[in-house]
Amino acid sequence: MTVVVVTFPGSNCDRDCITAVVEGAHGAALRVFHKEHELPETTTAVILPGGFSFGDYLRCGAMAARSNLMPAIQRFVDAGGPVVGICNGFQILCEAGVLPGALLRNRDGRFHCEEVELEVSGDSPLLVAYQRNENIVLPIAHGEGNYFADDDTIALLERERRIAFRYVARDEQGHGAINGAKKAIAGVVGGPQRNVIGLMPHPERRSLDLHGADDGMPLLEALLSYSEHRRHS
Amino acid sequence: MRARVIVRLKPGVLDPQGAAVEDALHTLGFTGASNVRVQKLIELDVDAADADACKLLVLEMADQLLRNPVIEDCGVEVLQ
Repeated sequence: MTVVVVTFPGSNCDRDCITAVVEGAHGAALRVFHKEHELPETTTAVILPGGFSFGDYLRCGAMAARSNLMPAIQRFVDAGGPVVGICNGFQILCEAGVLPGALLRNRDGRFHCEEVELEVSGDSPLLVAYQRNENIVLPIAHGEGNYFADDDTIALLERERRIAFRYVARDEQGHGAINGAKKAIAGVVGGPQRNVIGLMPHPERRSLDLHGADDGMPLLEALLSYSEHRRHS
Repeated sequence: MRARVIVRLKPGVLDPQGAAVEDALHTLGFTGASNVRVQKLIELDVDAADADACKLLVLEMADQLLRNPVIEDCGVEVLQ
């Protein structure tokens, strides 16, 4: 059972993700470089970590979404394999079309690095370790986390309970106060079995004892337990 | 052949970069400037038989990489 953490040139949270999986969730993690064409056979889950893959050239996530390994990740998703994309990983999943929408520059043009309160609002096997509508706190660190999708897509996400996380602080229109994200969307559920989550906040940065809190741990634990469950079914 | 691609945010998609540029222009006294949108211009050489083939090829490149159809439109021009 192996959680694959994909490293792109410019990824900078890959090691944090591996540490969180290994030391926090007591799982096995393996770093795989984006130039590979296949995932290792032992792969049971995939994390696309945060960072600035390919220097955010052209658009954040654009190059990474077209790298060698992505078709294999798409096949893994189609087969129901659990995938979590964190921050730049979320941007990559949107660019690859695995998740709907796009991440625009923050409305105020600033990079935000702080802790934010989130509401767990979606239905996914990767969210089962949270209470429904539970409020949690996770750190964010992004300049382009302003979630955008057309109105039909947003309505569909709401109807299908595929908004995984929402920022609690909202403006008068209900958009995320921190970055302008439509409907305060901080994370989205996708995949044929709701087996994919992309989110701007960093669960791996709030998952170990030394972090002082572990609000991110239930997501990583669910990633492991869902992997285990799939292996035995 | 040389081609030029202009990638622009679709109408209605927020452009914080454009808004920041507009603010700065106002600060400089250009108070008449409004609706500033920052666009991307990409130029490239393309191996193609004629202008039509070149345009088709570049449009394909645009759809696969140069633009994100969720948020961006593009225009393609063959220069020579």
